Amino acid sequence: MPHNVKTSRRAAWIFAPSLLVSFLFVYVFIGITVYISLSNWKIGTSPNLTLRQPFGGTYAELVQEQRFQADIRNVVVFTIIFLVLAILGGLVAALFIHHVSVGKGLFRTVFLLPYALSFIVTGVAWRWIFAPATGVNEILRSMGIENPPGWTTDTTILGALNDPSGTDFLKVQFGIPVALLPIIFAAAWQLVGFAMAMYLAGLASIPEEHLEAANVDGANVWQRLRYIVLPQLWPSTITCFVLLLHVALKIFDLVVAMSGSGPGFVTDVPGIYIYNYLTSRYDKASAMAIILLLLTLVVIVPYLVRGYRKERKA
Amino acid sequence: MAVETLEPTTSRSVQAPRQRPKKLAPKPRSWSIPRTAGGWIVLAVCTLATLGMLVPVYVIITTALSGSTGAPNFFLAFPDAPSLGAFKGAWTKLHGSLANSLQITVPAALVSCLLGSINGYVLSKFPFRGSNALFTVLLVGMFIPFQAVIIPVFQFLNMLHLQGSIIGLILVHIIYGIPITTLIFRNYYEGIPTAIIEAASIDGAGIWKTYVRVMLPLSVPGFVVAGIFQCTNIWNDFLFGFILASPAAWPATVTLNNLIGTTTVDYSELMAGAVLVAAPTVLLYLVLGRFFVSGLTAGAVK
Repeated sequence: MPHNVKTSRRAAWIFAPSLLVSFLFVYVFIGITVYISLSNWKIGTSPNLTLRQPFGGTYAELVQEQRFQADIRNVVVFTIIFLVLAILGGLVAALFIHHVSVGKGLFRTVFLLPYALSFIVTGVAWRWIFAPATGVNEILRSMGIENPPGWTTDTTILGALNDPSGTDFLKVQFGIPVALLPIIFAAAWQLVGFAMAMYLAGLASIPEEHLEAANVDGANVWQRLRYIVLPQLWPSTITCFVLLLHVALKIFDLVVAMSGSGPGFVTDVPGIYIYNYLTSRYDKASAMAIILLLLTLVVIVPYLVRGYRKERKA
Repeated sequence: MAVETLEPTTSRSVQAPRQRPKKLAPKPRSWSIPRTAGGWIVLAVCTLATLGMLVPVYVIITTALSGSTGAPNFFLAFPDAPSLGAFKGAWTKLHGSLANSLQITVPAALVSCLLGSINGYVLSKFPFRGSNALFTVLLVGMFIPFQAVIIPVFQFLNMLHLQGSIIGLILVHIIYGIPITTLIFRNYYEGIPTAIIEAASIDGAGIWKTYVRVMLPLSVPGFVVAGIFQCTNIWNDFLFGFILASPAAWPATVTLNNLIGTTTVDYSELMAGAVLVAAPTVLLYLVLGRFFVSGLTAGAVK
């Protein structure tokens, strides 16, 4: 590269406006949100920017709330089940589609199709599929199940770990809310194709020689999968894990379209919490937004830093 | 590995199909009948899984077609008398916001692609001290939950008297689209030989002249990939439209969501609306799927 100080400086100036705009709209605005979360600004056009006493009182208020605790439970349950479904589903789909002899393109196209849709479209479709009176419950009833779940309006918590009535602090039952399951299925349906695409790209990059060598050594299908294919798919798995985890934490539109908060906040998530308090409590909405941001950054920053380090080595 | 987000040396997935790396071993052209039992099992599993994936699509379409008789009593039932009646109602309610979505998506996607292209060009061909670190700083903007900035954004648009307007939404989509388009273009330009830039520079062309005369003409595939990606993202946005737009500027996703009434839901009209909202991005995907997938694997995806 013909490099001199002058071109370097010009290059930096060309990049500067984008960087500045991003700096303002991302970093400065996050800073403002942090400040609001610590302030007394409840609502209104004239901001009350005095700091709340005791310091961080809004956060203390949050963690005591039933709704906040339900949100944390929901986001954890949602994330775990969704990641397992989407990543395992994507891996299995990719392994099969990679080896299919006919119609590879068609299968790939169909699996990735939901990714092109808006979460709102996905949400309205799955809301109808799980409608208690006309949806999958019809199938369950025909199979002899008398009282099928109410799905997104069901308040049952599966495998509840605790009884909230006994303690002062825990105000929700920790377990798997039945109401979340339809939303998790919908999210997995929408994003399984993303995982599949990542795994197909990973599979395409495995050198044929490795597999042929294993063949010559007499390795069977499972041995080849276990010792050659899966280890080489590890980078795809990390990418899927990080990006899907970040989708799960931020989930909002899908829940809005399918159920909203649900009875007793069984399907409430941080995104909806924040939205609801945008019209009544700026401080609470901001505090929840910062908690959500921290959860996201814990995942994303190591991933970005890892990418940056790799690049410096390259 | 095409999946590694930030690796310049291996990120070839956004390149024009012509520049794709050669396959390590030539694969036999598919479309052959399976020859082994295992082959048949793989085909059967793929077919069944694909049919399973299509169930929601079938449900959306058949319910949308059940217009005149109302939504069926069972979600898998095929309508007795299929009609396009529900589409009429859905169109009446949605056409205004579909137009809004179009007015938001096209300029926002164009401008964010142009900015991303300029940034990507500078970062990949004229790296300066600290440019990689600054790029990583920029990328964070792609991943933050927008709720963490929404109150300041709201106040900022208010200050500019753009609150609730289509222009405000365009502005926001452009700003938060810069990181992803920069990433896509940077990866794309990594695949274009630096020798071309060097030649132009020896001929006396500066950064801008080289961009306009040399880089832009080579950028068409990059613009297609980033453009499809941004169009899809912006068209499918709900959060910004929901929180920042006034009813007159509602994008189609928001209006569609509002069709879910609080008491009863007209599912046939709702599904017809879903078809209308989904149609543009699905068409883009079906027609230009290869580029769509490139955008996906190019870099990280929101």
